[in-house]
Amino acid sequence: MSEREWPLYEVFVRGKRGLNHVHVGSLHAADDDMAVRHARDVYTRRNEGVSIWVVRSDAITASSPDEKDPLFAPSGDKVYRHPTFYTIPDDVPHM
Amino acid sequence: MSHSAPDPSHEDGSPYDDALLGSDASHWAFGTDFEDPLAGVDTTLPDGVDARTLATYCLMLADDALVASHRLSEWCSRAPDLEEDIALANVALDLLGQARLLLARAAAADASVVPALPDGSPVPPEDALAFFREAHDFRNVRLGEVPNGDFGHTIARLLLFSTARLALLERLTASRDHVLAAVAAKGVKETTYHRDYAGRWFLTLAQGTDESRRRVEAGLAEVWPLYGELLRTHPVEAEVAAAGVGVDPATVADEVDVVLEQVFSVSGVQRPGVPPLAGVTGRYGRDGLHTEALSRLLAEMQVVARAHPMGQW
Repeated sequence: MSEREWPLYEVFVRGKRGLNHVHVGSLHAADDDMAVRHARDVYTRRNEGVSIWVVRSDAITASSPDEKDPLFAPSGDKVYRHPTFYTIPDDVPHM
Repeated sequence: MSHSAPDPSHEDGSPYDDALLGSDASHWAFGTDFEDPLAGVDTTLPDGVDARTLATYCLMLADDALVASHRLSEWCSRAPDLEEDIALANVALDLLGQARLLLARAAAADASVVPALPDGSPVPPEDALAFFREAHDFRNVRLGEVPNGDFGHTIARLLLFSTARLALLERLTASRDHVLAAVAAKGVKETTYHRDYAGRWFLTLAQGTDESRRRVEAGLAEVWPLYGELLRTHPVEAEVAAAGVGVDPATVADEVDVVLEQVFSVSGVQRPGVPPLAGVTGRYGRDGLHTEALSRLLAEMQVVARAHPMGQW
């Protein structure tokens, strides 16, 4: 029917008590405003969100699967980067 | 629903896990009680209003929503794209929710409006009102019942319908009837979105391509003759308005017109010159006088429920 597809957008939703926006999926929309409306209709029907971000998918720069080893493998054996070698005193809250 | 045992197959975090929903049951917008829609609400009649009149008024508001909801739901799987499909279904569900509460209110105000069902039938009164009344007992305006055309037609109809309904519901929040005031307060938020949705699409189609403009203008011209009936005062509406329980639609006609004029002017669309569709011997949708389209709509909507009056849903 339509010769040209609407551009693809990625949708991020922040929940009521969530601290950050979480990627929930993608959708098509003609422009940025419509993308927010569509995101509301498609991804917050079950009361999931209090805030929406949308961004054109083609504006996202992603790492390539080919680079997986050089990018991520080097950190695989640096177990000392995890803060797991400390004993936390009982009276330190929120840890 | 418990979130205490996360599914290990979703260890990278489903969007619907605790981060979004938590374990807070309040994310179910209207509670999880699907039994009595008016549970916990004060349903005593305000003084100075006749029970039958209040029930009839509730049927008018309810039937507008129910019939409009059904027409919108006919778009399911047929909308121009997936996102609009869901958007239209959301609007339909909002209206269905309003209809359910209002039908329940009608039945609670005056049980004699509810059609009789076989003894022992588990069908709740709001369902009996929706599924077991004849077309001539429906009190909706005819704007809601005419068949769907294309998407432009649906947007034009929804624009007129939601603009008028929003203005009514805004006033209705001050109703002396606690149930109507509560339903209106809930409905205002929903209907604000419906009007916004319809208005944005009206502008988009009008300022889009030649074809989209032609279609939305044709849709508007088709529904325009039914616009006047939306804002016409029925004696029941006059009576409940005088009692401080309902709203006389004629009192919001000017503000509805101002909103529509804004949408038309920003869209560059001329107000149609087609005259209003007359009533028949002075009777309109609010009197139970309908187009043939309502009978067909109800036949489809009611057939399953009517085949199983003892059915448990």
